[in-house]
Amino acid sequence: MEVLYFAWVRERIGLPRETVETDAATVADLVEELRAREDRYAAAFADLSALRVALDQDLSDFDAPLAGVREVAFFPPMTGG
Amino acid sequence: MRIAVQTAAFDLGDEANAFAAGLDGAGAVVTFTGVVRDLPGGGLQAMEIEHYPGMTEKAITEIATQAATRWALGDVLVIHRHGRLALGEMIMMVATAASHRKDAFEAAEYLMDYLKSRAPFWKREITAEGADWVAAKDADEDALERW
Repeated sequence: MEVLYFAWVRERIGLPRETVETDAATVADLVEELRAREDRYAAAFADLSALRVALDQDLSDFDAPLAGVREVAFFPPMTGG
Repeated sequence: MRIAVQTAAFDLGDEANAFAAGLDGAGAVVTFTGVVRDLPGGGLQAMEIEHYPGMTEKAITEIATQAATRWALGDVLVIHRHGRLALGEMIMMVATAASHRKDAFEAAEYLMDYLKSRAPFWKREITAEGADWVAAKDADEDALERW
């Protein structure tokens, strides 16, 4: 699946997007896999309360299942307007 | 309904006039415009706005559709810029049209509250010292509860 990062999450990880091969059942499982990769991922995902997640461009939550999802995006709380 | 996500500047007068000219029978038009303001102690050089192409347009369309469901609106316009903006530049605008002003005002406030916390934009303030991401405020999230 495609995993996208925005704002300071993108900066900490050093990538705007990447393709990830995973069998993770939920967003939280995917986060655990990413955290285990490298320090920069662990730093970006250190505090999930400071992060939001969107699945196929709809705001979701960390307990949500990933079955059928093509695009996951992680970002800080939005500051539009 | 028109939703525009763009880097280009917009002309508030032209947009408001075009919006009002396209209406049929609305007695009230409300517009709101967000402008890049300086930091409390000064020193802002620019504001950079990042967004999530695709989700941004989808989220704004959903917010505007919700507004049109809750209030009797003749039309809705949302323009939101991204990229690098200088001090004093217009960031975004909303316009709402309704038969009566109450619907137009309330719908405009609803749009603003939701655009702040549910449309995927991230602001960064550029100063001589560097760049800082703007943190979301608890008050912005709390503002959604009144709806």
